[in-house]
Amino acid sequence: MIELQDVHKAFGKNRVLRGVNLIVPSGESMVIIGGSGTGKSVLLKCILGLVHPDSGTILLDGEDVEKAARDAFLARFGMLFQGGALFDSLPVWQNVAFRLLRGSLKRPKDEAREIAIEKLRRVGLKPDVADLFPAELSGGMQKRVGLARAIAADPEVIFFDEPTTGLDPIMAGVINELIREIVTEMGATAMTITHDMSSVRAIADRVAMLHDGVIQWTGPIAEMETTPDPYVQQFTHGRAEGPIAAVR
Amino acid sequence: MSILAPVAALGRLVLSSLAMLGRMAIFAGETLSHLVRPPFYPKEFLAALMQIGWFSLPVVGMTALFTGGALALQIYAGGARFSAEAVVPSIVAIGMVRELGPVLGGLMVAARVASSIAAEIGTMKVTEQIDALTTLSTNPMKYLTVPRVLAATLAVPVLVAVGDSIGIFGGYLVGVNRLGFNPATYLKNTREFLEVWDIVSGLWKGAAFGFIVALMGCYYGMNSGRGAQGVGRATKAAVVAASVLILATNYILTEVFFSA
Repeated sequence: MIELQDVHKAFGKNRVLRGVNLIVPSGESMVIIGGSGTGKSVLLKCILGLVHPDSGTILLDGEDVEKAARDAFLARFGMLFQGGALFDSLPVWQNVAFRLLRGSLKRPKDEAREIAIEKLRRVGLKPDVADLFPAELSGGMQKRVGLARAIAADPEVIFFDEPTTGLDPIMAGVINELIREIVTEMGATAMTITHDMSSVRAIADRVAMLHDGVIQWTGPIAEMETTPDPYVQQFTHGRAEGPIAAVR
Repeated sequence: MSILAPVAALGRLVLSSLAMLGRMAIFAGETLSHLVRPPFYPKEFLAALMQIGWFSLPVVGMTALFTGGALALQIYAGGARFSAEAVVPSIVAIGMVRELGPVLGGLMVAARVASSIAAEIGTMKVTEQIDALTTLSTNPMKYLTVPRVLAATLAVPVLVAVGDSIGIFGGYLVGVNRLGFNPATYLKNTREFLEVWDIVSGLWKGAAFGFIVALMGCYYGMNSGRGAQGVGRATKAAVVAASVLILATNYILTEVFFSA
């Protein structure tokens, strides 16, 4: 279980997170929605320790993430970055097996390659993609490779940062389905940030809305459409009128 | 506008410059501390060695060749004013190994390597590859900075040694073919007046310049701003900082090595 207690983060005078409280139960898929620039990515980065919160506590299974042994802590996570964040200098299979080729999870090279090809197959890519370089792939294929890398070491927690941004609707649907299937079959805890409502409906067990640096609303996906919360209503229906200023 | 505004602006400039120097010093200290602590990444080190050492040979070699030739012409023309044309071989050799070889080699490597390191790491930062490294339990300082800094520190002295030889050869070509020196006499004078410390001091300078070049490339790459403009600024700043630091360090090392 991931628990955020009164998390604050500012960059200079810009107070991005102003007291975030959120619980993500184990094995559930939580989707965080909110407009651009509301701090969704910062929130994920705070949990991973890529950004240090100014105050507040973040717990993973009751352990303070700031005090956890770094390598062991990160070994429990997988992350799909918005742009894929694949390493240009490495072929696809070495990107996928990056964690399996070094560090505490190191395997023999042949075994790591086999696992990488298996994970590529899992996300719908053929084995001959393994020896290509990221620059030779389309945007959709890069996302799939990023997804394969995120699940390569069978993590307990997977983060997805805007998984469908920049993809056509069909490819976005494919990625959404893959995420849902993988999270269900692995039994992983998932946290996704997006403003793509089709992703929310496909991926989420629970939804939280981040606005003005705090969680404005949280609840099961089934309640998202019916909640009277004006922020959620405006956001999910894409209305210009409402409590969320159109110009931020 | 207050009459103190210019003083305040100057103060801000001094403070921000000192803060940046402090950040660079901390970055250098972190790099050195990671240099001696595992894990090590030998593949990344060898790749950096190829990029920085092997692929810089043509540019360093060409620079040295033409510099050695021009130096011979200049010393001959200057020496002729007081009938000292015979010093051309020895001055070319000493000038190349003590000063021009390391400094010009360092500057050429700064232009070629500091820019490419800053652009590569800056792009990695902008595209979240640095964050991805961290989430994959890999320390970016160890994986990106240490191999490049170590490779440059070891490769640039070798480049300087090769550049010294080519520069002296350039002087020889001009001395023999253009200025009418006897080949055997030219080589004899080159050998006789060159001391081991002349060569070794130049190699130490090369090591210091290699460290500076890679460190500046990595520092500005890691601290790159967003977007193409941010990476462009980081690249430019890395080359400028590396070049200025090379020239300043050269003066300090020359004082240390050769002041009476």
